[in-house]
Amino acid sequence: MLEDLVSSFFASHPMGDFTRFESQLDELFGRSAWPAAGIRAVQRGAFPPINVGSTPDKVTLYLFAAGLDPKSLDVSIQQNLLTVTGSRRIEPIENAEYYRQERFDGDFRRVLALPEDVDPERVEAKYHDGVLQIDVRRRESARPRQITVTSAN
Amino acid sequence: MQANQNVAVREPGVVQDRGQDPVAADKARHDQERIMPPAVDIFEDPHRITIRADMPGVTKDGLNVHADRNVLVIEGKIDVAAPQDMQAIHADLQASRYRRSFVLSRELDDERIDASLKDGVLTVRIPKRAEFQTRKIKVNVG
Repeated sequence: MLEDLVSSFFASHPMGDFTRFESQLDELFGRSAWPAAGIRAVQRGAFPPINVGSTPDKVTLYLFAAGLDPKSLDVSIQQNLLTVTGSRRIEPIENAEYYRQERFDGDFRRVLALPEDVDPERVEAKYHDGVLQIDVRRRESARPRQITVTSAN
Repeated sequence: MQANQNVAVREPGVVQDRGQDPVAADKARHDQERIMPPAVDIFEDPHRITIRADMPGVTKDGLNVHADRNVLVIEGKIDVAAPQDMQAIHADLQASRYRRSFVLSRELDDERIDASLKDGVLTVRIPKRAEFQTRKIKVNVG
């Protein structure tokens, strides 16, 4: 059942199972103070939105943060705790009035607890097209190894 | 000063089929593209209206900005490279596409729209027609 719940979301179709699971959780727990998520979890809708994907070799985080100042970005890891801080300032336009201001303007800080088997020595981060992609490799020994079955004759 | 109603925002919703059968409704949702309206800032200065939209994950190839009559549509395909065997652990963003449309009032020149994309931020500048640009009026005191 867990496999159903974490079906791939990068195909062109949305994750039907994941959204159903999420909406069931919402129904059960509503918007109360119930800490359904981890202690470091932020409110829904916090900036930036983060997606996390997993393969046998690595865990990849995608932070959807357009217009970041790369100099303001700080990515650090301690054991399996990943911390990302950064700043996204709105550039004001001279002599202009605002009609809408929906885009996030300010500093952000996210701390994520990654799976236990990640290797903090092997983290890569790159920022392109407004997405901060952080790849964290898993420890070698944690990867499943194929075992060849030989038959006795 | 009266609030300026010139740039109205019309936001497309996601069409969902909430059929009685939960399995069919899920499948219907599954088959549609999830569309997310991007967050925007809209400014006006004496010469133009500027829209800045957050569209992280969109490249120039996936971007589509067009004006049809007096409706401006900004649209972008979210293109994040991920390996085939990747499984989702968590997803704040589940859309595959951003889209939002705006009704442009008459004083905006929809034929001279300028759009640029940098680090996922789309900037669209729509100039005002010359005859509508604010002209300072000298007050004579006498």
